[in-house]
Amino acid sequence: MLDYASLKVIWWLLVGVLLVGFAIMDGHDMGVGTLLPFVGRDDTERRVIINTVGPHWDGNQVWFITGGGAIFAAWPLVYATAFSGFYWAMLVVLWSLFFRPVGFDYRSKIDNPSWRRLWDWGLFIGGAVPPLIFGVAFGNLLQGVPFHFDSTLQSTYEGSFWALLNPFALLCGVVSSSMITLHGAVYLAHRTEGDIQRRALVWVKVAGWLLLAAFSVAGVWLASGIEGYVITSVIDPNSLPDPLAKTVSRASGAWLANYRHWPLTLLVPMLAYMGTLGAMGLARRGHTFAAFWASAIALTGIIGTAGVSMFPFVMPSSSHPEASLTVWDSVSSHLTLGLMLGATLIFMPIIIIYTRWAYRVMRGKVTAAYVRENSHSAY
Amino acid sequence: MLDNVVDLSRLQFAVTALYHFLFVPLTLGMVWLLVIMESVWVMTGKQVYQDMTRFWGKLFGINFALGVTTGITMEFQFGTNWAYYSHYVGDIFGAPLAIEGLMAFFLESTMIGLFFFGWDRLSRKQHLLVTLLMAVGTNLSALWILIANGWMQNPVGAEFSYQTMRMEMTDFVALLFNPDAQAKFVHTVSAGYVTGAMFVLSISSYYLLRGRNVEFAGKSFRIAAAFGFASVCSVIVLGDESGYTVGEAQQTKMAAIEAMWHTEPAPASFNLLAWPNEAKMENDWQISVPWVMGLIGTRSLSKEIPGIHEIMAQNRLRIASGIEAVKALEVLRGKQPTAEAKSVFEKHKRDLGFGLLVKKYSADVAAATPAMLDAAARDTIPRVAPMFWSFRLMVLMGFAMLGLFGWAFWSSIKGNFAHRPGLLKFALWCLPLPWLACEVGWFVAEYGRQPWTIYGVLPTRLSVSTLSESSLYGSMAGFVGFYTVLLIIEMYLMVRFAKQGPGSLGTGRYDQEAVHH
Repeated sequence: MLDYASLKVIWWLLVGVLLVGFAIMDGHDMGVGTLLPFVGRDDTERRVIINTVGPHWDGNQVWFITGGGAIFAAWPLVYATAFSGFYWAMLVVLWSLFFRPVGFDYRSKIDNPSWRRLWDWGLFIGGAVPPLIFGVAFGNLLQGVPFHFDSTLQSTYEGSFWALLNPFALLCGVVSSSMITLHGAVYLAHRTEGDIQRRALVWVKVAGWLLLAAFSVAGVWLASGIEGYVITSVIDPNSLPDPLAKTVSRASGAWLANYRHWPLTLLVPMLAYMGTLGAMGLARRGHTFAAFWASAIALTGIIGTAGVSMFPFVMPSSSHPEASLTVWDSVSSHLTLGLMLGATLIFMPIIIIYTRWAYRVMRGKVTAAYVRENSHSAY
Repeated sequence: MLDNVVDLSRLQFAVTALYHFLFVPLTLGMVWLLVIMESVWVMTGKQVYQDMTRFWGKLFGINFALGVTTGITMEFQFGTNWAYYSHYVGDIFGAPLAIEGLMAFFLESTMIGLFFFGWDRLSRKQHLLVTLLMAVGTNLSALWILIANGWMQNPVGAEFSYQTMRMEMTDFVALLFNPDAQAKFVHTVSAGYVTGAMFVLSISSYYLLRGRNVEFAGKSFRIAAAFGFASVCSVIVLGDESGYTVGEAQQTKMAAIEAMWHTEPAPASFNLLAWPNEAKMENDWQISVPWVMGLIGTRSLSKEIPGIHEIMAQNRLRIASGIEAVKALEVLRGKQPTAEAKSVFEKHKRDLGFGLLVKKYSADVAAATPAMLDAAARDTIPRVAPMFWSFRLMVLMGFAMLGLFGWAFWSSIKGNFAHRPGLLKFALWCLPLPWLACEVGWFVAEYGRQPWTIYGVLPTRLSVSTLSESSLYGSMAGFVGFYTVLLIIEMYLMVRFAKQGPGSLGTGRYDQEAVHH
């Protein structure tokens, strides 16, 4: 088996892969949900939009659930501290996700305009709120959040829900929302035609420029105004995880340290720009499929930028910096990390194969005619 | 204050889990009925079997949506409300949850999309394969969840590490083949199969009673009767098997279920009915059947089953030993760990969880008085009356369903069920039984594990997150509000489409097409 230190780094990468997978897969149907009330002008148009993701949203949502499970299994302290600390934020995510399964499945079962209108807004909430909150959560992680542990490693969160809604975090929320909206708009343009496609392409442009602006401002702010964290004691990456065994200090510009040490990592934020611009350009020329993958690269770059900036920190503590959670000291045991790596390597390719098959089966444009012909079985 | 947070967290978990479990069993069972119906369609080419798959599939979908909705809550809740639990056992408990996602839930959720949307795009055999994979995914999902839950009941393959202050996995194979998990899995999925069968049987009976869509309803009735009869036999036989493993790993639960206060000479008698008196720790009266308990519980005539008083006496010894472990652990976690503390800790480590029970009475366990140890030992026994009665209620409902499915199966062999209004009405009125039995079964399993979240390892009281009471009241109100509204909507759609029947498919082959949409 791999040594403990390598597994710890691999799991940092794997959690990243799962987050990126979640953003690419669940992200596009959340983006579609966000755009639903604005792009669909009548019931048929809205049904077309919903049916572009109808067969897939459920499978896509499992990226989220598996991501949560993987964090539980690989980083139990992060799972415990973040989920309980961000209690209300998590509940808001959860409750907004409630609208999705029922919204998709129940909306078109009853032919009543107000019933359907209600679920359209439900699908909007289920699509728009989670990415916004995840962005805000990342914005707070980058600043550190106030928590500490007692000697038995019981965590106590000292902040409030409202403190999470600070300006930098809200800006990160804009980054995340516009990125998911862009991604959804590109997907929608790929799967539809005519008016819906035209409107989706407008949203590609709007969300794309907003994303570029917000990501740039957040980057400058991060480099100049946000204090990062540095481990000041010697760390043995192979040691047993103990988040109380180190010392940490805060320093402005510390989140740039990794880019200085390993200049190649500058490619990660570059990917965000290249992907976004690429998605916008390709979509405009009608290469919507390529645009989807360009947008996926943008997501990878943006999420990767947050990860690389903070590495090895995962959840810094602003009130007790030494209690910060890092990839070295918030992980599961050597055995569990190894086992879970094995499980992921076996199942992830299988998942990708049948997911690809499902999309192939359902490929092609969703049209008003399709919805009419299948009005009893389509969403 | 803390105890209030603990109680509220438990209540919230119970409410959300019981609610989730309204939808899961039906999914587990219906999915196999869909596989059977569609297989018959693929083999015979008879249209009615495809219509059956699509119509029952539609109701399945309405149910599935809420199963998904409420399932995410369960995964969130370990982190939001049971943070210390998540830290303490995440190394073991998180793995089956993550593998469930990777191996099962992805499969089930991807295939369900193709099940509903793939009818015109897949060949018959491909579509059947999709339905089959959906069923496999659904059932594998239950397997991994019950491996996780089985470990809470019988924590094998793990050891406490004082350096990381948590339980760590030592043997994954032991976790997989935990006898508790195996028994729970077969019992739980069989209960789900019964639920699915009852659902189809009852609604088909409703159509038959009204003389509507007779061919469709009759064929559905036959399949449900056969599948239900096999499943209900399996629930009862394998439920007995689950009693056997409970006996080995959790004698406490068994003693409470049986209101067995004192150890009897083997083979013990079975209390058919009794009136447990918690204060006196006796039964006010009881009607017993000799030998039966010993046979069920130990599969032998000579092994004794310990009664509540004996279990408490054993546990009190373990609590005293556990206190030594807690004290040594505090030294080991402090600034100056000593070799002596380490050796004391190693000696008493297996009772650490029992030592932690005393924290309810004294934050400093070293200061615990003998009266506190007595109280902690008393706490290791769940309240007897709720266990005793809910178990009997579950078994009674199980046998009622055995009666129904036996009758239905026999009549469908003879082919006269459509002309037996008594049977059809009985089937219709039995509709709620499997849900009630499942909920009560959940209660027996989980309430019976108290005062532990992980039996013998981590007391429930120490498992919670550091949250305020007001947060708990707020989230509880939110869940109850959301869940009530969702249930009303779900029931409305379910009743509407069940009443309308296969006409809702809009194929032109059934009655009540006019109200379609």
